[in-house]
Amino acid sequence: MISRNLPILLSGVLFGAGLTLGGMTDPARVRGFLNLFGDWDPTLAFVMGGAVIVMAIAWQLQPKLARPIFADTFALPSRRDLTPRLIGGSALFGIGWGVAGLCPGPGIAALVIEPISAAIFVAAMLAGMFLIRLTEGNA
Amino acid sequence: MTLPGFPDATPLAGLGGGILIGLAAALMLLGVGRIAGVSGIASRATGISDSSLRKSSAWIFLLGLPFGALVVIAAIDRLEPSFANPMLLAVAGLLVGAGTRLGSGCTSGHGVCGMSRLSPRSLVATATFMAFGIATVATMNALGLKVLP
Repeated sequence: MISRNLPILLSGVLFGAGLTLGGMTDPARVRGFLNLFGDWDPTLAFVMGGAVIVMAIAWQLQPKLARPIFADTFALPSRRDLTPRLIGGSALFGIGWGVAGLCPGPGIAALVIEPISAAIFVAAMLAGMFLIRLTEGNA
Repeated sequence: MTLPGFPDATPLAGLGGGILIGLAAALMLLGVGRIAGVSGIASRATGISDSSLRKSSAWIFLLGLPFGALVVIAAIDRLEPSFANPMLLAVAGLLVGAGTRLGSGCTSGHGVCGMSRLSPRSLVATATFMAFGIATVATMNALGLKVLP
């Protein structure tokens, strides 16, 4: 149990460190990146690029493993269908991301950077998630 | 190091942060067999959605995020970031929460884990949220709406 949760804790810590080092927890940096038609800040392209390159290598290794190193089975998404729900939801997310310059991971990591602002964002985010569950009755 | 033409960009810190995020996601994939998608893990931790990931494990991952942020803050000097006002934060949070649930993921699950797998759903989701994020900032700028002090 503890040994299984240790890699998950380490992943969370690395993730939070990477988000903060990369500038994702700074709304001005994020909105600067989204300000493509203004005073553009390309920093986040380096964040995304670095993360995607490392993960692309991991995806090459994944099929070679019979099972995960610290778990019994892989539990990975397999859907490939493009739905209005996927696109509409991503559009809503993008608008919210643009408004405040925060997405879920940085919002949670920022709880130790600016606690009150981050808590308002995270509480509203959870409320938004809950709202969808209420309206759809599923998850 | 700075980028010519972009005095405010911090490409090395960005790349370093990105590599850490990639390593975190790779550890989740190869170690635990899962996607490091923060919106999905947050909804699992709070019981908003169900998955085979244990609730305790979801909380442990989420607790790691601010802990990692603290480590970086302690290690390097940086300017205090400023955040939007409470009203805008609440509106943005609602949109982000609802949107990531409907869209089955956010910047981490779709943008990092899915794009690197060339998942068609993640490629479309990422292109969509990037386009709408860019359009939102452009529109707010055109209307003269200042979000950050």
